[in-house]
Amino acid sequence: MMANRGRQMQSEGKRRGGRRGSGRQEASWGAQLTNWLDDWLEINPDGTITAFSGKVELGTGVRTALAQIVAEELEVSIERVHMVMGDTQRTPDEGYTAGSMTINSSGTALRNAAAQARLVLLDLASKLFTVNLDELVVQDGVISVIRDPQRKVSYAELMGGKNFDLEIPDNVSVKDSLTYTVVGKSTPREDIPRKVAGQSAFIQDLRVPGMLHGRLVRPPSVGAEFISMDESSLSGVPGVVKVVQRNNFIGIVAEHEEQAIQAVQKLKVEWREQATLPPMQDLYTTLRSSPTQDNLLINQGDLEIAWRNAFHQLIATYYQPYHAHASIGPSCAVADVKKDQITVWASTPGPYPLSGTLAKLLDVPPEKVHLIHVEGAGSYGQNGSDDAAADAVILSQAVGRPVRLQWSRQDEFVWEPKAPAMVMEVSGGLDALGNVVAWDYQVWSPSHVARAHSPEQLVAGQLLSGQPSTQFGFSFGAERNALTNYSFPNQRVTVHYIADSPLRASSFRSLGGAENTFANESFMDELAAAARVDAVEFRLRYLPDERARQVLKSAASKAGWEARPSPQRMGNKLVQGRGIAFAWYENDQAIVASVAHVQVDTESGAVCVKRIVVAHDCGLIINPDGLRNQIEGSTIQSLSRALKEEVMFDEWRIKSVDWESYPILTFSEVPDVEIVLIDRPDQPALGAGEPSTTTTAAAVANAIFDATGARLRQVPFTPGRVKAALP
Amino acid sequence: MSGDIVITVNGKTHTVQSAADTPLLYVLRNEIGLNGPHFGCGGEKCGACMVLVGAEPKLSCHLPVSEIGRARITTLEGLIEEGELHPVQRAFIDEQAIQCGYCVNGMIITTAALLWKNPHPTDEQVRTALDGNLCRCGSHLRILRAVRRAETLMSGYGGE
Repeated sequence: MMANRGRQMQSEGKRRGGRRGSGRQEASWGAQLTNWLDDWLEINPDGTITAFSGKVELGTGVRTALAQIVAEELEVSIERVHMVMGDTQRTPDEGYTAGSMTINSSGTALRNAAAQARLVLLDLASKLFTVNLDELVVQDGVISVIRDPQRKVSYAELMGGKNFDLEIPDNVSVKDSLTYTVVGKSTPREDIPRKVAGQSAFIQDLRVPGMLHGRLVRPPSVGAEFISMDESSLSGVPGVVKVVQRNNFIGIVAEHEEQAIQAVQKLKVEWREQATLPPMQDLYTTLRSSPTQDNLLINQGDLEIAWRNAFHQLIATYYQPYHAHASIGPSCAVADVKKDQITVWASTPGPYPLSGTLAKLLDVPPEKVHLIHVEGAGSYGQNGSDDAAADAVILSQAVGRPVRLQWSRQDEFVWEPKAPAMVMEVSGGLDALGNVVAWDYQVWSPSHVARAHSPEQLVAGQLLSGQPSTQFGFSFGAERNALTNYSFPNQRVTVHYIADSPLRASSFRSLGGAENTFANESFMDELAAAARVDAVEFRLRYLPDERARQVLKSAASKAGWEARPSPQRMGNKLVQGRGIAFAWYENDQAIVASVAHVQVDTESGAVCVKRIVVAHDCGLIINPDGLRNQIEGSTIQSLSRALKEEVMFDEWRIKSVDWESYPILTFSEVPDVEIVLIDRPDQPALGAGEPSTTTTAAAVANAIFDATGARLRQVPFTPGRVKAALP
Repeated sequence: MSGDIVITVNGKTHTVQSAADTPLLYVLRNEIGLNGPHFGCGGEKCGACMVLVGAEPKLSCHLPVSEIGRARITTLEGLIEEGELHPVQRAFIDEQAIQCGYCVNGMIITTAALLWKNPHPTDEQVRTALDGNLCRCGSHLRILRAVRRAETLMSGYGGE
């Protein structure tokens, strides 16, 4: 069935546009909302339900969570629900899977579709049995008459293989969330049994008949130009089908994967390299001195006067390096470019937008490109998956056969778009009583989003055109959580967008949310310390919202928080401390507070994080265990980023090319993570993939300060930096 | 050259068609069609490609297929016996111990090998054994809990 019939479509982006600092714009970029019921749901003759979502599974468990929502609303067991996700010939266009928006957007659409379907089915049954609606009951997809249970009919029998053929009205009535039995219950993920048994589960496992294997010969540096190559260097390498060289793009297609790898290692290519990057030690001065486009998010009260009259003035600058998504599985895609039909299997977060871009790359109408999402390794934002799809398409087009294209580890580290480097400067004024009277926040950042809306935004497009580009004129994402939820009387928050990112950059889990929260929450701690006030008490002064207060207090209470000002004064070699950080994600989404307990070796500067407590309120909880999994994961990942990660480069090349030059947290370094979930069944369900990634770095920095008096303002908190900061 | 090498994978013999210096990983995936071992780094640094060679966990992304000899190779698929998941596999389901699951192959292979050798490892021994297996999603704590659950399941099997 072609679910996406194009009826009743409207641009979600237009309706929702203009939301400041929001990921919703990005998540719904180009998305086409459909309210045609059959686009979302099918009742199959065997009693199963097929539900269609334009969002995709990125390893976060949304496939299971969406199935729970459908099962709940339709009153069928979850085993009956089969999700089809991210297929341009089968599912609705829901833009990108991004911004923790899948539960909000696709979840809401599917809930409404299932609610409407249930109403229609009940209506059919009431006519069949000539009874009123309230005389019927549904159990696992079978409707029966309450007083005469022998009179029953299944959804499948009522539908008889037909479509609903109708729209979902705007005001469809849905179940009261307080009566939920499936939603809100920990539900095992459907993919885990397959994955632990070694069944085909990933794009890397996909095999298409007649498929060849492709690998890439990337330029040694971003600005390098192709001069020449010597194909005779491949004599003796078996299985090589074709060396595809177009301008700076080179890929090799071979019969076997290992042959393609061998050929890539052997092919002699001459490049002309150029120094296109700033020296790494100048990165932050480069960012601050670049031309900017400025967004003023808030300008409230009279900051100038408040600052001048402040009893105590503080200014601090925080630094965030480039981070790699560093997916465990390097990007992979399979493409089959035929004259009349192009099929691409990719782990893209945006099947529809990517299919349009690939169509432009091949100069064919968009409907010729059938894009099918297949899960990849966790991506946490935009990794190389879209780029790999374009590479696969070019190679398949060149050989006229399906090609499986696999990036190397180095391809992924060097060519994936990075989380942008940022500089955050905060000026704060306290009055004589220790109250915050002035708050001036500035952030310098490249855009956090450079999605593949045109071929030039993909690596392949840039290499084909010979125009390496890092700038796409799309400034986005650095606003996220630049503004706090604290009720400061005089405050100003300014985002300075830098047009050109020295390294190619795009979205990473929470966009600027993590970096802004690192700066804001570190600075709150600096002010609390200057005022000699306990960090929790200090925050509560500016947090009137009851829900927010409860999150902060829950984290502190679970952590056994002992109220006192920081730092403690201890003189030993090994010192302990605790720190807290709070964030209201996007200022109106999930609310998070984290407490970190650390031990610092003051001789070596090594930081050992012992325990992190996270309190989390994301409204109605869909799958408690899935939620815990997300919070644990984002806490550990963001700890890895805070303690260890920094993309290294010189003026020519990116130097972080493998796990030795870009180390991440290992089992021996992982702390205990304890989670307090605050369920709000009466509140809307909010996304949870990103919020708890924001508070870790500041909680750890604040704990290091508490333990040592050393203030860490630059990520990562390496032993050398800790030692240098010791008082 | 082709056809000279015979390897035993998951209890079945297989005559290798690829060149002798082909890393075992590509023979397992592309010749035999297995999905358990994954390409992660190609540099023996992440653990995604692990298989058991005899009872030893080995990285397969560099290991030439010609060096296997008569050792029996067991992959994630081969841990399943007569349709029954291995206790370590069951423990990973029970603890919902993955997010994306790309690395889970190496985690399960390492754990199975560890628990055979040391049925009741200390926390430090478990973490040290798993340090060569990288996880980017941050599923470490669940994996550690799965190791403990597997320990219980395996000791319930009637001895060590």
